[in-house]
Amino acid sequence: MLEAYPDNRLARVLLWGFSALVMAFLILPTLVVVPLSFSASDLLEFPPRAYSLRWYENFFGSATWMAALRTSLILGTLTAAVAVPLALLSCISMNRLGGKAAATIQGVLLTPSIVPGILLAIGLFFVLAAQGLVGTLFGVLVGHVVLAIPVACIVLLPALARFDWNQVQAARSLGANWARAIGGIIVPQLQISLLSATLMAFLTSLDESVISIFVASGRNSTLPKLMFLSLRDQIDPTIAAISTLWTAIVVAVILIVTLRQKS
Amino acid sequence: MKSLPITIDSVRKAYGSYVALDDVSLDIRAGEFLTLLGPSGSGKTTLLMALAGFVRPDAGKLLMGDRNITRLAPNKREIGIVFQNYALFPHMNVLANVEYPLALRRIPKAEARQRALDTLARVKLEDLSERSVAALSGGQRQRVALARAIVFEPRVMLMDEPLSALDKNLRETMQYEIRRLHDDLGITTIYVTHDQREALTMSDRIAVMNSGRIQQIDAPQRIYDRPSTRFVAEFMGEANIVAPGLVRRIDGAEGQREILMIRAESLHLDASLVGRDGVALDGTLRAKAFRGDNWLLTLALHGGQEILVCIPAALAGGCAELATGQWVTVYAPAGKVHAISGAMA
Repeated sequence: MLEAYPDNRLARVLLWGFSALVMAFLILPTLVVVPLSFSASDLLEFPPRAYSLRWYENFFGSATWMAALRTSLILGTLTAAVAVPLALLSCISMNRLGGKAAATIQGVLLTPSIVPGILLAIGLFFVLAAQGLVGTLFGVLVGHVVLAIPVACIVLLPALARFDWNQVQAARSLGANWARAIGGIIVPQLQISLLSATLMAFLTSLDESVISIFVASGRNSTLPKLMFLSLRDQIDPTIAAISTLWTAIVVAVILIVTLRQKS
Repeated sequence: MKSLPITIDSVRKAYGSYVALDDVSLDIRAGEFLTLLGPSGSGKTTLLMALAGFVRPDAGKLLMGDRNITRLAPNKREIGIVFQNYALFPHMNVLANVEYPLALRRIPKAEARQRALDTLARVKLEDLSERSVAALSGGQRQRVALARAIVFEPRVMLMDEPLSALDKNLRETMQYEIRRLHDDLGITTIYVTHDQREALTMSDRIAVMNSGRIQQIDAPQRIYDRPSTRFVAEFMGEANIVAPGLVRRIDGAEGQREILMIRAESLHLDASLVGRDGVALDGTLRAKAFRGDNWLLTLALHGGQEILVCIPAALAGGCAELATGQWVTVYAPAGKVHAISGAMA
């Protein structure tokens, strides 16, 4: 991109400077939390006057935080496991259907990502309440899957649009039923997109707080829900420690996936 | 390998108001090489896809042998298909592509490998079995697609313009090889193309399609020399359609009264190449063009209708000297003057 201005030095310098500012603006708020988490103080203060690992010890030593972490990871995994296959099948049918019908279905499937989260959470609360599912892991899972399907679809739809459908017809003519054509021909070739979709679905669930606040309760509380609650009740750097760990995990996962794709 | 006949019985398919197949009926003999020939949008590919099971007819029946396959799933039809873009699986190597239909049939690994290698040898690709599909040339991909379509010994083979992506020389080689493969295996083959020459070269019979209907089904030579409609006449080559009044018998006898078709290459400048019962047409030379192995002359007949005359370069002694505006008489043998039904446009 920057090679587009090889001759004009001033333009180059300005462009680099502006880009650096944008990146700093995007990254710094996240990074501010890191020193906070290593603070020895009981308060959130920046810059910290002394450093320690006490807030990490506090996090890992607390049964409540650990339970929430476990819930979040299980929920993220389940969300990805349910949402990605559903999204793949719906994207295949949209791709085959084409025209207005597909556009309509796509619109409906993508609404959860457009509608304000709070509306979705309230609606889901009433639906789940009617079924007696409020407070269960299953209830939260339903909410997260609803949110993760559009995210996965956004990744998978363009990948399928590039896919040569004749290959599926060839596989069918050679004797493959639908399941084997999808499993043996589509899935292996969409590996990278499916991996991204899985990751995005997992992170969507991991990051989600509004539905969790409405629907999850007690031992099914997710980490983001617990973080919100603890921010309301007491402010201590444990939150910063969790945030730092969270960021590190997400960055690590994305880095590993990206590097694997390159090799 | 026992091949099967195919019966297409009053098959109809419409997409909204567009009728892709309009009551098509066709019997294909066991072991026959039949070509569906027509311009794009004539319904030939829709018919092929209906046989393959990817298009469900609105009405009518499809039989393979005496089994009704109209509503049978594509994977249960046991039909080998070669697609226009080959549709090879890029995540598998050549051998794995050819083994795929055998693996689906749970044939033991060692036997599947042997059969796949034998089939690759048949298409002269045994040395490339470990190659990735992406590393193959167009012609090699075509051969892999062929091998994959015949390795499971289907009773019927469908080919959808399989050679359209290849260059001219390779196309001619592959035409010969596909036909030889067909003759070796004796497999009923339905071949779709829009290339007249390809259809004439390869087929036992040709079904010419237009606007969702079969216009004529016949042996290649009859399709070319004895077209039953004006569409077939013009689609198959440079055809001159002339009213009977513009054609006179050389011997002065009374001529035919129907509309006549005379192919451009049936016309000669030299009356001695044509018998006494042949015909003559008179006109002024509008244009002439040298095309390498022949000369193409454009003649305006009385009343202004233009006809094309194609003179082989070997016989074109006087062509270079002809001047535009000159009065020219051309001759055709009686056997090459064919009366067709249908009104003059």
